[in-house]
This record gives sequence, structure tokens and C-alpha cells, in this order.
Amino acid sequence: MAGSHHHALAHHGRSWLQAMPAHLKILATLLFVIAVVATPREAIWAFGVHALLLLGVILASRVPLRHLAPRLLIEVPFVIFAALMPFVATGPRVDIGPLTLSEPGLWGAWNLLAKGTLGVGASLLLAATTQPADIVSGLARLRLPAQLVLILGFMVRYADVISGQLQAMRVARESRGFRGGGLRSWPVLASTAGALFIRSYERGERVHLAMLSRGHDGHMHVEPIAVVLRAWLIAMTLPLAAAVVLVAAMVSR
Amino acid sequence: MHVPDGFLDAPTSVTTGIVAVAGVALALRRSRGDLDDRVAPLAGLVATFVFAAQMLNFPVATGTSGHLLGGALAAVLVGPWTATLCITVVLLVQALVFADGGLTALGTNVTLMALVGVWVGWLVFALVRRVLPSRARSVPVAAAIGALLSVPVAAAVFAALFVLGGTAPVPAGTLFGAMITWHVVIGIGEAVITYLVVSAVMSVRPDLVHGAQHLPTGRSTSADRESVTP
Repeated sequence: MAGSHHHALAHHGRSWLQAMPAHLKILATLLFVIAVVATPREAIWAFGVHALLLLGVILASRVPLRHLAPRLLIEVPFVIFAALMPFVATGPRVDIGPLTLSEPGLWGAWNLLAKGTLGVGASLLLAATTQPADIVSGLARLRLPAQLVLILGFMVRYADVISGQLQAMRVARESRGFRGGGLRSWPVLASTAGALFIRSYERGERVHLAMLSRGHDGHMHVEPIAVVLRAWLIAMTLPLAAAVVLVAAMVSR
Repeated sequence: MHVPDGFLDAPTSVTTGIVAVAGVALALRRSRGDLDDRVAPLAGLVATFVFAAQMLNFPVATGTSGHLLGGALAAVLVGPWTATLCITVVLLVQALVFADGGLTALGTNVTLMALVGVWVGWLVFALVRRVLPSRARSVPVAAAIGALLSVPVAAAVFAALFVLGGTAPVPAGTLFGAMITWHVVIGIGEAVITYLVVSAVMSVRPDLVHGAQHLPTGRSTSADRESVTP
């Protein structure tokens, strides 16, 4: 149950991006997304350049596109929202083929699709090249408050415990003849959820007491790592390039 | 659905970001003494549960989708201050690792779910708990009512933000109608789940339920129970 330290989102191939310190990657992702979001939506070309920049980093990272592409499905709900915006929004209408659409609605949809997709793409690349435990230590290095790091650390640890526990309980349920489906199975599933909660908690409690007895003081100690200038430069290439595009888009308006 | 990048304009995103930072900073200060050896693992577990619950998305009319918020459940189990931190962590992980909710919209999402969701849930819970008889069985009922109301209120705040700072002009009436109607339905689901989980925990480990601390029950520790259960 607790053996696996792998994660469904992480790509397990080799990528030099995996070796880069997590806090640099988090910072670079954040700055890139801020530059994208700040770009005025009328500068359509700028989003093309942003997309090419991100694609360039993805290709250079050697994370296969077929690993990232299915995970873009997370954005389906807001793609649907974007698709409806031109129909429900108010304002001047424009005729496109047989349809009469709202012009501000079209701009809104474009804005959401372009910025949302680039944001999702950047986050997926971060997730694919960074293990969850490294994201925790990366955020600790970025001075995330200690209590948040503590909760985050427990959350990452619990994810495996809970899924293992759930799997064991499912096997136990089904070997007693349980078949899911219909309202009748709800009370059973609910008691599963309750029991899962308590069992996971008590396991976590034992782990935490063991940690305390070994000198854990509620803080995550991250050893300072020397980040060479080169790593900084490589990490900041993408956000810097995006910032140049942002400035160009603002000036050319 | 969590608010993605580019959904609300910059002034709205920055304002909600400031609100979120202020709220989380206050929660950090108020929960400093609370996160002891008993509460810290519980907070992590609550975060994991809420995380799993938020991954279930239901499609909602006019193209948005809704999901469980978990704010009331978290507030009843670990108290509103720690719950604020739990939901904030969940949203941070979802934005960083699952690309659910934009990084620049994190402030908006924290405001909606970690502040509005948790605190509306908690305040309704505290009010209902006062009205109901002071018994262990009242706690899950009050928690369910808190959950039921917290979801449509958070949806209404979201709709208000979109009307104020959305990147497209959508008629306010349509948006409020659709968001609130559907989130009442989601609120019912949230209430059922909150009721079931809280009553399950109440029946075995009432000492773990922050919202039941006013009850005069003998606390059983896991050490006592370890000797009973094989």
C-alpha cells in the first residue's frame, strides 16, 4: 500500500526538467501564467507566440505530448462555458455564417480558451516533471507558511494510504457479496466512507506519533540547496520570453 | 469547476487575491495553537477527503459545472480556522498538480471555497446547533444544513464576481438563476455526504469532531480502542 512513491500525473520517463529544483519550476510556471493572463486579448498573435514558447519547452523537456494531451481534458467544463458565451452574452451582435453571435461574448470565449488552455498546459508540464513530494518541499522553499506545508505534507502522504485502504475495503465488501448500484447501496457506501475516514485517521495518527517520538517538531526541514546561476537562467527563460511577448503586445496595441 | 485563468478581469482577480491572503493570514494566526499532534493528521486527512470530493464534477446548465465544496464538512471536523487552511491547501494542489483552477485565479477560488464555503457552512452549523437539542445526534443534522446552504451561497458570490468582473457580459438574471438553482441540487448531495460522514465519525470517535466539543461526552482515545479492537 505504502510502497509506491509514484504518482499518476508524473511522467516516469527521463527528462532533465525532473532534475531541476522544484521551487524554480513552480516559480517559473507561476510567472509564465501571470504573463499570459496579463496579455491583452486583442493581441491574438501574442497567444500564438506564448503557445509556441510553451510547446518549445515541452518538446525540449522530452515529456511526450501523448502523456500531456489526455490530461488537457480537465478543461472541458470551461471549454463548454466558453462555447456558450457568444450565445448568452449581451452586447452588439455579429453574423458568422448562419449564426448571430454576441461580439463581447466571442471575445470573452477567446480570452478564456486561450488563457485557460495555456495555464492548464503549463501546470500539466509542472506536474509531469515534478513528484508531489518535491512540490511540497518546493513550496516550503518558497516560504509557504509552516502550517500549510504541514497540512500539505500530510495530504500527500495520505493519498496513498487512503487509496490502499479503499481498495482493501472494496475487496472485503465484494467478497461478502456486495454489488454496487442503485439507491440501496448508498448506506453501504456511506458507512464505507465513514469507516475509511476513521481507519485512515488512526493510521495517520500512529504515523504522526511515531514521527513525534523521532523528534518531529511540526516543521519541515528543507536543507538549503545551492542553486547555480545556470539553473536560474534556464528556469527563467520561459517566463522572461513570455514577458517580452507581453510587453510587445501591450506596446503594439 | 474551479475558476480558470482569464475568467475574471485583473482588478477582480487582484481584489479577491488580497481578500484570500488576508483571510488565510488570519486563519494561520488563529489556528497556530490548534494544529497539535491530534489535529495536524486530521487536517491532512480532511484535506485529502475534500480533495477527492472536489474531483467529482457535475455538469450544470449554461455550460458551467459544479462539484462538492467540502467546506462545511471540514469546518465541523477541524474547526473553521483550520478548515480554511485545509481547503486552501486543496486548491493549491489542484491548481499546481491537476491544473484545475488557474494559478492567477487561486485568490478567487480560495475566497469562494475556503472563505465563503467554510464560513457560511460553519456559521449556519453553529446557529442550527444552538437551536437543536444538545445531543450527539444533532451534530450531523446541523452539519448537513450548513453544507446545504454553503454551496448555493458560494455559487451566488461567484455569479456576483462574474457580473462585476467577468470577461464577457452575461445577463445577471440568467447567470444567478442557473448557478443558484443547480447549486441547490449540488448542496443537497453535499448535505447527504456531510451528514453520513459526520455521523459515522461521531459514532466511533466523537473526540475528533470539533463541532461536537460542546457535548459532555467521555473522550475515547485511540489507545483505549486499540486494546479492544484486534
